[in-house]
Amino acid sequence: MSSARSLLGIADLPADDIGRILSTAEGFGSVMDRDIKKVPTLRGRTVVNLFLEPSTRTSTSFELAAKRLSADVVGIRGAGTSMDKGETLKDTILTLEAYDPDVFVIRHPQVGACALAGRYTDAAVVNAGDGTGEHPTQALLDLYTVQREIGPIAGLHVAFVGDVLHSRVARSGIQAFLRMGARVSVVAPPTLVPRDLASGLGTEVSADIRDIADADIVYVLRMQLERMGDGGFVPSLEEYARMYQVSHARLRPGQRVMHAGPVNRGVEISGAVVDDPGSLIEAQAANGLVVRMAVLYDVLSEAASGGGAAREAA
Amino acid sequence: MSAVADTNPRVRLPQRPGAPANVVLRGARLLDPAAGIDATGDLVVRDGVIGGDAAGLEEIDATGLTVIPGIVDVHVHLRTPGKEHAEDIASGTASAAAGGVVTVLAMPNTQPPTDNPSILGSLLQRAAQEAVVPTGFIPAITVGQQGDALTEHGDLAEAGAAALSDDGVPVASALVMRRALQYQRATGLLFTLHEEDMSLSGDGVMHEGAVSARVGLAGIPGVSEAVQVARDCALAGYEGARIHICHVSARETVEEIRRAKERGVRVTAEVTPHHLLLTEGVIDGNPDPARFKMNPPLRSEDDREALIEGLVDGTIDCIATDHAPHPADEKENPFAEAPFGVIGLETAFAACNTELVEGGRMPLSDLVLRMSTVPAQVFGLPVPTLAEGAPANLAVVDTAAVDRVGERPYASKSMNAAFAGMDLTGRVVMTIAGGQDVYRRTA
Repeated sequence: MSSARSLLGIADLPADDIGRILSTAEGFGSVMDRDIKKVPTLRGRTVVNLFLEPSTRTSTSFELAAKRLSADVVGIRGAGTSMDKGETLKDTILTLEAYDPDVFVIRHPQVGACALAGRYTDAAVVNAGDGTGEHPTQALLDLYTVQREIGPIAGLHVAFVGDVLHSRVARSGIQAFLRMGARVSVVAPPTLVPRDLASGLGTEVSADIRDIADADIVYVLRMQLERMGDGGFVPSLEEYARMYQVSHARLRPGQRVMHAGPVNRGVEISGAVVDDPGSLIEAQAANGLVVRMAVLYDVLSEAASGGGAAREAA
Repeated sequence: MSAVADTNPRVRLPQRPGAPANVVLRGARLLDPAAGIDATGDLVVRDGVIGGDAAGLEEIDATGLTVIPGIVDVHVHLRTPGKEHAEDIASGTASAAAGGVVTVLAMPNTQPPTDNPSILGSLLQRAAQEAVVPTGFIPAITVGQQGDALTEHGDLAEAGAAALSDDGVPVASALVMRRALQYQRATGLLFTLHEEDMSLSGDGVMHEGAVSARVGLAGIPGVSEAVQVARDCALAGYEGARIHICHVSARETVEEIRRAKERGVRVTAEVTPHHLLLTEGVIDGNPDPARFKMNPPLRSEDDREALIEGLVDGTIDCIATDHAPHPADEKENPFAEAPFGVIGLETAFAACNTELVEGGRMPLSDLVLRMSTVPAQVFGLPVPTLAEGAPANLAVVDTAAVDRVGERPYASKSMNAAFAGMDLTGRVVMTIAGGQDVYRRTA
């Protein structure tokens, strides 16, 4: 059982911990403005990046985050499920324990894989995306981005639009914004919304794109074609675009648009909105690094262990 | 037309040879509601038969204990042939004996599936050498459980099959199901049906509800079960056939069965202890959630309440465990990759006694009917009874003793128990099955 602090999901992350990580990220943000962008904070620590599902931006930003903190980084990539490879996730973790890592950063195609890994290591486990489960560092960087670009989160209205059913970004994001005091609604084709989302997560649900009207932030979700199997969730991507695409015609001035990427231009979002300097999409991509630095620092920080100084002070 | 069959004389329930029990249970509460017995006194078992002369027999002080007709579990996986590392006939029936179970019926989703008279014959032969308690077998409805060609129902009935089922792999084609139901008129064999519309279940791994929405696991909706039950009740009603619905899990299914019974369909149903006690909530945030992965899945509190109400009002006739052993290695995987199933033979009485009797939902006498008398009647098996002259098939229970599940080793080869760590009230102290002294709790 993992004895270190882990970041498995937003579901079990208190608001105080979120606040502490975000303020740590602010601190690292100033480091990124220097010429030498490296700090000795995690010198001598070992971070294993175990990516068992395709990833570009998340794996790159975790790797760079660990290097900026002067940690030793081991990157391991694989594909498919653990059972397809013949070796179970348990055995992979037990094998990598030989490197005596301090942190496992894990992306895996199955829900709950990071929690499972945590049963077999004393290292901290950071969930970098577990199937359709959670993607907590994405949610944290989304909060960070909104705080920096817009201001305090409490009281804002965030509308998530699109494929909530298959989206770990939505699952973590909805919980993160709610926990920080935002109002969260979901606008999506009814076939792409979990049946008990409203009671399970505490959101409003609508099938009408016009209901994004009073949102401060419109968070566009990628149509996850790779998770839709034989499909049938929507009649066609063209109809989806006609009914749900977030475009300038459907936005009012002042609404800010977010997307975790990669975007399907012309499907869930118009190219013009992606390229609009008012959208937060570029800022999200840029902020991934400092937030992941903050997360690595946080799970390894002595001050934070056992509840955290920030939590006690709060 | 009754939903319950007469005893089917062709059903074979072999048990390994053993010395007949000879014992006197002194001062126990003797409880056999079907035989009108509820008294405190002594029970003599002589040469494996209830009653007779107590002289010279071993005496057991059973003061404070209750003697009940032994449990009949009509839904068990013995994993033989093919998965003997998870369970075999000897270990599975030892697990039964430790749970006060005096008869088990084993499902056919083995490797290869039990789908022809020669596999059935070899299983019956092995049971006659290894089975600790009388053991019957339920062969497949279709060849290889593929849902296409019917197995040789007539030959299987002649060879001693207890019923027929494609358990785990529901018969998808309504036409194949209809032909099977028609053919029942020639064989008399009951169909015991795992009900699920696989097109609705899809790649689901847990109940579709608030928890699946939160954790992101693919859901199996309650209606996936209910629509298949509705189909098969319609077909059974039309053909005048008799069907038994396995492990009912959803409120919608309870309502479907209730309506079918009201209009005279010959349908019976079972529910498992885990669906009576647990809900989807146990999965949320649990470090070892695969321990609670089974099909049908644990559903909502509303579903659980509907199951208890259905059991109490008779819509659901009986309790069966769906004892489904899996090795720890296979459960130590991400939830979606771990196999469906939990063991249950050794905890069934304690779980149901805790939830239903201690919980005030039904008296112990009704629980005995639902775990022993009724399942035997539904499947046309000999009914365990404490009546004089009957072969001894009984359990001695301590209805007040509390045990923490998992603190003692399981008799099963597998340990995938959903109730592990729970304190349950009700302990099986002794089991006599088929007239043999098959289990005594030590320490």
